[in-house]
Amino acid sequence: MKHDLILRVVAKLLIPFILLFGLYVQFHGDFGPGGGFQAGVILAAAVIFYALIFGLADARNVVPEPLVESMMAIGVLVYAGVGVAGLLLGGNYLDYFVLGRDPIAGQHRGIFWVEVGVAITVSGVMLKVFYMFAGRGKVDQ
Amino acid sequence: MAATVVVLARNRNLFAVIVLSGAYSFLMATVLMAMDAVDVSMTEASVGAGISTVLFLSALFLCDSEEARPLHRPWMPLAVAVAVVGLLVYGTWGLPEFSDPNAPIHKHVAPRYLNEMKNEVDVPNVVTAVLASYRGYDTLGEVTVVFTAGAGVLALLRRRRKDRR
Repeated sequence: MKHDLILRVVAKLLIPFILLFGLYVQFHGDFGPGGGFQAGVILAAAVIFYALIFGLADARNVVPEPLVESMMAIGVLVYAGVGVAGLLLGGNYLDYFVLGRDPIAGQHRGIFWVEVGVAITVSGVMLKVFYMFAGRGKVDQ
Repeated sequence: MAATVVVLARNRNLFAVIVLSGAYSFLMATVLMAMDAVDVSMTEASVGAGISTVLFLSALFLCDSEEARPLHRPWMPLAVAVAVVGLLVYGTWGLPEFSDPNAPIHKHVAPRYLNEMKNEVDVPNVVTAVLASYRGYDTLGEVTVVFTAGAGVLALLRRRRKDRR
């Protein structure tokens, strides 16, 4: 599909908006539908779209494989780290009340970072699975 | 939806099956939307219709696009499926009506979440509050499951590659 002009132009037009929508779903998850899981999937879908149109090698240049692999673990660590931060500040594990000036601010901060962790892990895993499947054909040949 | 399922079951061209299952996921997302489960509907549309369709297609790229004819007539699996459907339908008779305010699920912890959430968490979307705050442990478990699944796929597919070389 590398020389298909229409697909390339449309993809270039659409991908920024897909990424923007992913960020919107991520940070607007407190107010409307959405959250870390959906945002992670949408962000991964944008990169997969890029890989489908421009080829796997280009996508690997944009989002390199070591980054994707470490994203899988970083997300879980961010999530668990929020819990540990609560412990260090004198609360229970995953207790957000101690994270901010007052309990409500602490809750907001806790939810924000937890959702960031979810999004990082989910998009990392989705991308990695796609890279794995899409890269297999070339190895077998 | 029923028509999609029938065509899905009868079709032997895997490409058509994948596209149809994507369409089925979109229909499912609409149904969830109609039941006011917007967050779930969004997940179904992005994961079910988006990512898994792409993953199926990339798997299809590695194998034959026509499904092989089964060796036996599928009477036994059909009987099992019909029996399970019968059991499930029988089970739904015991459930309360859809959106019945007196259903046990609305009496347990849901009122507390809905009433106290404003003072405790103060996030407009209750789903997010329950998911990330009240049920934080469960979500941590879910993220770990996603991570483990990814690590499992990584371990499986990568080892095979080294053996080939």
